[in-house]
This record gives sequence, C-alpha cells and structure tokens, in this order.
Amino acid sequence: MPHDGHDHDDDAGAALSPVALRVKALESLLVEKGYVDPAALDVLIETYETLIGPRNGARVVARAWTDPDFADWLRRDATAAITSIGYAGRQGEHMVALFNTPETHNMVVCTLCSCYPWPVLGLPPVWYKSMPYRSRAVMEPRAVLAEFGVTLPEGTAVRVWDSTAEVRYLVIPQRPGGTEGWSAEQLAGLVTRDSMIGTGLASSPA
Amino acid sequence: MNGAHDCGGMMGFGPVAAERDEPVFHSAWESRAFALMSAVGDIGGWTLDEDRSACETMHPADYAATSYYEHWLHGLQTLLLKHGLVTAEELADGRCHASRIAKQPTPAPAVWGLVTAPGSYAREPQGPARYAIGDRVRTRRLNPAGHTRLPRYLRGHAGEIIARHGAHVFPDSNAAGRGEDPRWLYTVRFTCAEVWGTATRDTIHADLWEPYLEAV
Amino acid sequence: MNGPQDAGGMMGFGPVVPEPVTPVFHSDWERRAFAITLAMGMTGSWNIDISRHARERIPPAEYWAASYYEIWLKGLERLLAETGLASAAEIAAGRSKTAARPVTRVAAADMIPAILARGGPSDRPAATAPQFAAGDKIRTRNMNPGGHTRLPRYLRGCPGSIAIVHGCHVLPDSSAHRRGDDPHWLYAVRFSASDVFGAPGRDEIVADLWETYLEAA
Repeated sequence: MPHDGHDHDDDAGAALSPVALRVKALESLLVEKGYVDPAALDVLIETYETLIGPRNGARVVARAWTDPDFADWLRRDATAAITSIGYAGRQGEHMVALFNTPETHNMVVCTLCSCYPWPVLGLPPVWYKSMPYRSRAVMEPRAVLAEFGVTLPEGTAVRVWDSTAEVRYLVIPQRPGGTEGWSAEQLAGLVTRDSMIGTGLASSPA
Repeated sequence: MNGAHDCGGMMGFGPVAAERDEPVFHSAWESRAFALMSAVGDIGGWTLDEDRSACETMHPADYAATSYYEHWLHGLQTLLLKHGLVTAEELADGRCHASRIAKQPTPAPAVWGLVTAPGSYAREPQGPARYAIGDRVRTRRLNPAGHTRLPRYLRGHAGEIIARHGAHVFPDSNAAGRGEDPRWLYTVRFTCAEVWGTATRDTIHADLWEPYLEAV
Repeated sequence: MNGPQDAGGMMGFGPVVPEPVTPVFHSDWERRAFAITLAMGMTGSWNIDISRHARERIPPAEYWAASYYEIWLKGLERLLAETGLASAAEIAAGRSKTAARPVTRVAAADMIPAILARGGPSDRPAATAPQFAAGDKIRTRNMNPGGHTRLPRYLRGCPGSIAIVHGCHVLPDSSAHRRGDDPHWLYAVRFSASDVFGAPGRDEIVADLWETYLEAA
C-alpha cells in the first residue's frame, strides 16, 4: 500500500470508499445532534477552497519588495503589517516574516503536526503535512530542497523554522533579478507558494 | 537509521501483552519464515548486521503494523533480491526460473551442529582501547542513514564504562558491506535521570562501540 | 508524549512528493472532514491543544499509515467520545441515539467569516518578566512527559540561544489537559544543526519553545 499521504479516492466512482462513508455518517450524526450547521460547513469549505490561498501571501511579498517602509514594518511586526493588507485570523494570529538573503535561506516545517499560516497561504499541501517532510526537513533540509529542484550556493546557510507554537512563519523570498521597475502586481505573479514556505525560490521573469 | 525499529522511549504503543504459555511459533508460516531465514542465511553470503539492517528498511507504518516474523520476511526478501539469489518475478510467482546459488545448502543432519557450534563476534583489536572501566564518556549525536546500534534515546548522554568486552565486529561497517572493522565494545551505564530527565535512581545499560563515544 | 507525531529526525518515510497549489482538497470527504472538524472546534468543547493531543494518541501504526485528514477524523472521533458529545456506537451508526449535550456555541453560516477573521490568539498578559533576552544562551531540558508537549525529542538536551522573545503564550502542556492556560514566556530558540544532529555545516534550526522547556546555560 502506498504511504504517500494521498487519499486514493475517486469522487466520480459510484461506491464511496470506507473513509468517505465514515465522514458522511459522522456529518449526519453531528448535524442531527445539532452541534454543527450544515450551511456553515459549506462556508468553511468555500472559504479555504476559493477565497484564501497563496495569492494572499504573494501580495504581501510583492509589497515588501516594492515598499521599503512596508518591509520594515513586516520585520518589526508582521502580524500588524499583514493585517493592514486585510489578511488575518485563524492560524495567522501571530505572524513572523523571514527574509531570505544571499547568506541565509529560511525554510518552514511543523515536525509535530501541520502548523501553517492559513491567512496568507491557505491550507497546506499534502507533502507539507506528510511524514517524509516532517521527519526530514529538520535533519536534511538540503536533500529535501534538492527534491524540489533547489540547490543553494555553498555559502548560503539554511535556517529551518520548526513551528512548535502558535506563531506562524512566512518566508519572504529574494526578489529575482531582471524585475527592475516591475509593479507589485506583476511581481506577485513570480511568488510561488513553495517560495513562501522555503522549499522553492521565486520564479525568474520568463 | 532512525527507523521505526528504534523505538526506545516512544509512547503510544499500548500495554505489553504477555501471553500465558506462549507457543514458540503462533502459526505454521512463522515457523517456516524462521527456518527459511536461518537456512538461507547460511548460503546467502550476508551477515547478521546486514540482515538487521534489511529488516529496518520497512516503511514505519508497515513496520509498526506487522508482526515480528513479517519483519524477518521483509528482510529476507530484500536480501534475496539484493544478492541476486532470486528475481522479483520469481518472488511474485513463487517459482524458480533459474538457480543462482554458489554454495550448497546445509543438509538436515548438519543443522544441529551448525546451530550449536560456538561462534564469536570478538576479533583481534586494531589498536589499544581508549577507555577503561570507571571512565566517564558521552555518546555522540550520530544520525547515520545506514545501520547503527546506538539508539536515538541514548545519544548525547553521559555515562560510565562498566565493562570492556574486547574488540567486536562493528555493525555500522559490517551491515554496509564495508568489512568487520572490529572496534572496542563497552557496556555503558547511564542513569535514567540523565537519559529521561526523571528523578529516579534507576539505570540503563547498553553495549556500545568505541566510535559511538567521546571522553567527557 | 513521544508519540507518532514527533517526526523530526525519523527516517524511512521516503521522499517528499511536491504538488501544485490546486486542488486544495483531493476528494469530497476531505472537504467535509475539514469542515466538521473546524465547526466542532467552534462549539467550544475543546481547544487546539486538546485536539492535537487527541491526534497524537492515535496508535503509531495507524497514524503513520493514515492520510492527513484521516488523522483529523480519528482525532475528532476520539474527542467526541471522550467529551460524551457522541458515543462510539453513535459514531459507528451515524445516528443519534441519545439527547445532544449542550455546547457553548453552534456557529451559523453567517457567523463563520467573523469567527475565522478573529482567530484565536494565544498570547496572554504576563505576570512575570521574561527570564531570557535575545542572545542569551540556554539549554533545552531533557523531559519526556507522558502528556502533551511541544518540545520535540530531537531538540531535547541541546544548547541554543534566544532569537526572538515572542511574548507570554498559553502553555500547551497545561492547556491540552484542561489544566488552564498557565501562560509562560515563549521564545524562538536558535540551534546549530551540528549541535542537534551532529552534522557538520552552518545550517540552523529555530523552534518556538516555552520558558518551562529551557534552562540557562
């Protein structure tokens, strides 16, 4: 059986998998008990499936690249700076921004569970929550980076941040060269989700 | 390798289920797996250390979900494939496509002699022992990707040498096929206060090779 | 608890498999499992530390074999049974057999955006001054509590230095066991990877650790 953290479940299939049946039964029970409002469940799903995602974080990064005062604010009080753009709340109550430099590359993991800055990045990808990433990121970050196609220069130190409390970390990748004069909106298009976790770099201009 | 086998100090596995009048084997396949491992081990050309190392390569979820002899079975299949004694196709259909053994299997009448023959892992030392009984040592914080017999829970801890066993085959080298590389082997005593941070007078003893240790 | 969740430094789980940003969920049941877990959290029947501790008590074989939302699901089922909000038999049947227990709040759909926007800050007013300042040398304690803790095994007994003083935060070791917030100072602590894993190089690890996990070095 594969242990890749994925659920091999075919939504289109006629028969529901055992786990799908279990969730269905649990939802009916909780609704019948009156503990949850079925319409609230739909709002929760819609929020994280369509409204909140890594585009938010990309806007924060692009603003930091183009607005030195904002970058300073991010360094001093990332929670307030990010809230000022309109991204706040659950799993982003206490934010810290980590600025990558030629000397230091930051990379974020949660070895104990799945802590991740939801308001700026949305829900974490499967690999972030998987045992391979959680077990290896702290001990062999460069091998993990290589699996993402990232090789850092010899002189760059890797600094891995293990999110063990309710503080959430957002990596501010280095701005790619050849983007002088670009607008924040153009720049945001270069900021990948993985670059804000630290398993990637910002894209270079095509 | 910090695999699922390295379970010292792990929690959540539940109570120890001691069986009354436990049989030697719990099913026929267990006894066959046991016998196969021993018999094939004699002709396979691998060492006990390589065998342990192969059992440790199971995915942790599989390792934790399977029984003891299934670990052995995993190790045996891994070694048979690695040493080219069988092919994946042969394993899948359970039939021999071409025999590849270089050594004749042990015949039944010779088994008792083989099982009861005196053996030893002690070897001629390559140099003088670095530590004496009573010396304080600290275990290194090693995290090798390969086989090691220094468990995670005993890394970075101070202890005392209480016995010196001579130079023994070094598993970290032997398991990787890099030769026996004999190293001095010691019994090291640790207090539980040191290892677990508990306030008891209990102690833990482990047999550790010299490369695992540094002077305090 | 040194349970299956304490992954840092373990080996044998295989490679990391990168994936694109979408889809957010990989099947419909994941969507529903996510939503009922959040919605039940909003009833005020437990806090985030209690729910983390419920997940880490899943037996290791099950935990390591489960996908992420299966872990959430198993954790939620445990919490429902342990709080008496639903019995194991009711969960198995998917039908209520007894009257519902009262809960603090049932979030209606129109309340969700405000609840999510407010979040659940974990900082609290400080009753004491912090013991450590940025730059101070510390050593993590060697502790192995049977209950919940956020000091991972791989960081125990290691020398490090204070990188950031975050403030005074709810202590999970207390909160997970309904013993109150017991706020303590929280620090980002910096370690050299060579001290932690014995590997050469200049790489570093930073973790958020409470004052109770640390001693002056």
